[in-house]
Amino acid sequence: MLATLRHRLHEAFVRWAVPVRAPEPAPIILTQRRVYVLPTAAGLSYGTALIVILLGAMNYNLSLGHALVFLLAGLGVVTILHTFRNMALIALSPGRCDPVFAGGTAQFALVLENRRSDARTSLRVFIGDGEPVEIDIGAQSSVIALLPIAAVRRGWMRVPRITIETTWPLGLVRAWSYVVPDLSCLVYPAPAAKAPSLPWTSDSSRGTSREGRGADDFAGMRDHQPADSPRHVAWKTVARQQDGPLLTKLFSGAAAAQVWLEWSALPEAMGTEQRLSRLARWMLDAEAAGHAWGLRIPGLRLAPDHGATHLGNGLRALALYQDGAR
Amino acid sequence: MARANRPVSRRQAWWLLAGALAAFLPLTQQIPPWLAFAAGAAFAWRAALTWRQWHLPPKWLLVLLVIAGTVAVFLQYRSIIGRTPGIALLVVFLALKLLELRAARDAIVTALLCYFLVLGQFLFTQTIPTALLSCVTVLITTATMLAASDDRPEPLLQLRRAALMLAQAMPFMLLLFVLFPRVQGPLWGLPQDRHTATSGISETMSPGSIAQLSQSDAIAFRVEFKGELPPQSRLYWRGPVMPAFDGRTWSIRQTLGAYPEIPYPVSGPSIDYDLTLEPNGKFWLFALEMPGNLPPDSALTSDYQPISRQIVRNRMRYTQRAYPETNAGINDTRAALNEALALPSGGNPRTRALGAEWRNRHGDDGTAILATAQEFFSRQLLIYTLNPPLLGPDLVDEFLFDTKRGFCEHFAAAFVYALRSAGVPARVVAGYQGGEVNPVDGYLVVRQYDAHAWTEAWIAGRGWVRVDPTAISAPSRINTNLAAAVPAGEDLPFLARTDLTWIRELRYRLDAVTNGWNQWVLGYNPQKQRDLLAGLGLGEPDWRSMTAALAVLCGVVLLGLTAWVLRNRRRVDPAFAAWRRFAARLASRNVVWRDWEGPLAFADRAARSIPAHADTIREIADLYARLRYAPAPCADDLERLRRRIAGFHP
Repeated sequence: MLATLRHRLHEAFVRWAVPVRAPEPAPIILTQRRVYVLPTAAGLSYGTALIVILLGAMNYNLSLGHALVFLLAGLGVVTILHTFRNMALIALSPGRCDPVFAGGTAQFALVLENRRSDARTSLRVFIGDGEPVEIDIGAQSSVIALLPIAAVRRGWMRVPRITIETTWPLGLVRAWSYVVPDLSCLVYPAPAAKAPSLPWTSDSSRGTSREGRGADDFAGMRDHQPADSPRHVAWKTVARQQDGPLLTKLFSGAAAAQVWLEWSALPEAMGTEQRLSRLARWMLDAEAAGHAWGLRIPGLRLAPDHGATHLGNGLRALALYQDGAR
Repeated sequence: MARANRPVSRRQAWWLLAGALAAFLPLTQQIPPWLAFAAGAAFAWRAALTWRQWHLPPKWLLVLLVIAGTVAVFLQYRSIIGRTPGIALLVVFLALKLLELRAARDAIVTALLCYFLVLGQFLFTQTIPTALLSCVTVLITTATMLAASDDRPEPLLQLRRAALMLAQAMPFMLLLFVLFPRVQGPLWGLPQDRHTATSGISETMSPGSIAQLSQSDAIAFRVEFKGELPPQSRLYWRGPVMPAFDGRTWSIRQTLGAYPEIPYPVSGPSIDYDLTLEPNGKFWLFALEMPGNLPPDSALTSDYQPISRQIVRNRMRYTQRAYPETNAGINDTRAALNEALALPSGGNPRTRALGAEWRNRHGDDGTAILATAQEFFSRQLLIYTLNPPLLGPDLVDEFLFDTKRGFCEHFAAAFVYALRSAGVPARVVAGYQGGEVNPVDGYLVVRQYDAHAWTEAWIAGRGWVRVDPTAISAPSRINTNLAAAVPAGEDLPFLARTDLTWIRELRYRLDAVTNGWNQWVLGYNPQKQRDLLAGLGLGEPDWRSMTAALAVLCGVVLLGLTAWVLRNRRRVDPAFAAWRRFAARLASRNVVWRDWEGPLAFADRAARSIPAHADTIREIADLYARLRYAPAPCADDLERLRRRIAGFHP
């Protein structure tokens, strides 16, 4: 009951605190007006202890007791300033965020820049209620905070509200601020765990097999090049001749084979997400095997090719696929 | 918060141990030895835990130890409330809390306990050294709190940061100290143990009791005269009056009727002064004879001793006006005087005979008897000494006729005895005589060794007349001081000796500092606060105006501190500053540098516009580009860039 109320109040506060025009343009500077300060639990105990000390000093007419409590009260005020200073005027800008598969963990990079000539200490940055990332920022430098968040659904994932807080130096007060930077992460559909083997069609292998031989036929060896798949390294040969160069097995047909991954070729009964999952799996498999692959989904056609860029384009197309777009 | 549950690191544990020790060590004198040892053992255990990284003791053991500690404290004091048991309990908790450092939260609790112990120390002593010592404790404890939230910096840095923060808190402390509306304690009943035994004049006087005080240089009170310092021989500080005599001991009257106001008409010149009385654990207030007014919350006993309504447990300051020439008690009734005539039956036959002889000679003429008595005392050639011989049962006879050596109590007792034997009402008055002016701050300091006893005789038509029999035999005791009056070679308190000039000098200074501390820091009470603020022009200071002034001034300090703390000195890169000067010079030739333009590209453009200086421009741009972008720029490149730009006049 109380927890619900607290949660609601907090949400109302966040709605009030976070600017309406989220996401905000970069760099976001934590100006005085958007840094909030409240005592922590430790700060409340400190305050209570101060009141008790004051009562004791009054009761026993202890002048030095008064001095002590006033000094500690002054310290309480000063620590507010220091905590506030530790937060104020940090400049935040969105960093990059590598695409992830749904079900994985996206790492939002947030660049925190300290333009001041002294360091910022013990800042905690976290998304929503997530695990905080603790960082320090040196004088006139910047630090990249990698904020993990679970990627659930494919498509663009906007970074949710990010909280930056600090209780440095005394832990008695907490200064915090909310930011909603313009930072998104592309989430690919999760590749299906179990998928049938690549959909070789008579059409696909026939039209492209220049040598006219089977796709897996061994065709010889050549020196290894960095772009070659490790699967095709002739490990046994390498092991036999010590200190020899890496060799890559060449397969006639295999390198040149191309496969079409087609939306329409999938069974009618499959739903959109299942289809996207299956296609994603095939893309990865095809890429791993070194095949060229093409993609045909409603509204998009990717000519057969292979390589990281091609794979990225394909996965991106799957991630952003919308039913209405056909 | 997840942070409060973080385990305490090794370094934090060391810090907490240091803070706890700093808070505990000054208290070792005040707590029973077993507790000091037990706490010391707990600290050692803590040190071993941290050193060897052992496991913390189990919770049940700690609970057991807390219970055992509480019971032991109770058994020691028969109470767990009050000053000493309370502090003993705090020590128990602190020592055991250190064995329970599991999370950052425990660190905060420990630090707060340390602050409480600092307050506890003030219950026993509030001297300047104590204050300095507690500054150190607060500094270490604050550094401990810093370490509790970030344990990475080195200890010295941590201490420096704590010192900086405390220094920033200082202005608030001063403002609050001066302006925070003070309340006169106690807010609730003080536990009885607040009262501590103090040495000083007691309710009774027997041979040797005042001589004993002459060995103490503790301060009884300090006096600030408004006008001229009266002569030493006038400084009779009236204390308890002792009319009752049992043959050996004089004592105060047990049933005290008290006047709420001064009962006698005052006359003659007056002396104004402020008296700061040290706690004496009695109801007594001391005042110069004869008091012309009463301090607040006090009364005058029927034998004219000012007394407070409460036991004097704290240092107090009151304003007094004395009328030395006032005659009090002219109209005293016969019944009251009878008490001042009573003598125990038997004893001291020679003095009784002497008194009877005076009576026969002068009849009812009190003045004549008094003069005769004084003359007799001076003829006896009595010797004033701190080491009088022991006296038998007839001590007055022995003193006056045989040993002839005594201290002021012997003189006073013998004089009153003789007068009473002659039928003249007389009584012993105890108090202090004289005092020493501190040349540094001008205060008159009255110490325990200034304790004195003199007499009062009642003369018809004149009332009570002060007679100091000591002054007859040893006038220098009254006119100068104790050291001048006693024979050389007698044991005097260190501070009463007159031969060590530089020590006296040093003592004067120290004492002036202590007095200033007592007056302005320790004695800063509601009254003093009102006086000070009224003096500062805050008319009619009440809690409202004080709070308003406090709020305004704290606000000002806060603004100043905020400006300082949030200062944002943007340090412009020197190379860039030089480059901007260069760009400004070119701008005067209509070649304007745009901030997105690279230095080399800009130099190309500028060189084309001003071909005459093309080489210099390129050289400068090259230097700047190297300073900016070279992986390891040359140290003197900056200097060269500056010189080139300074000499560049397109």
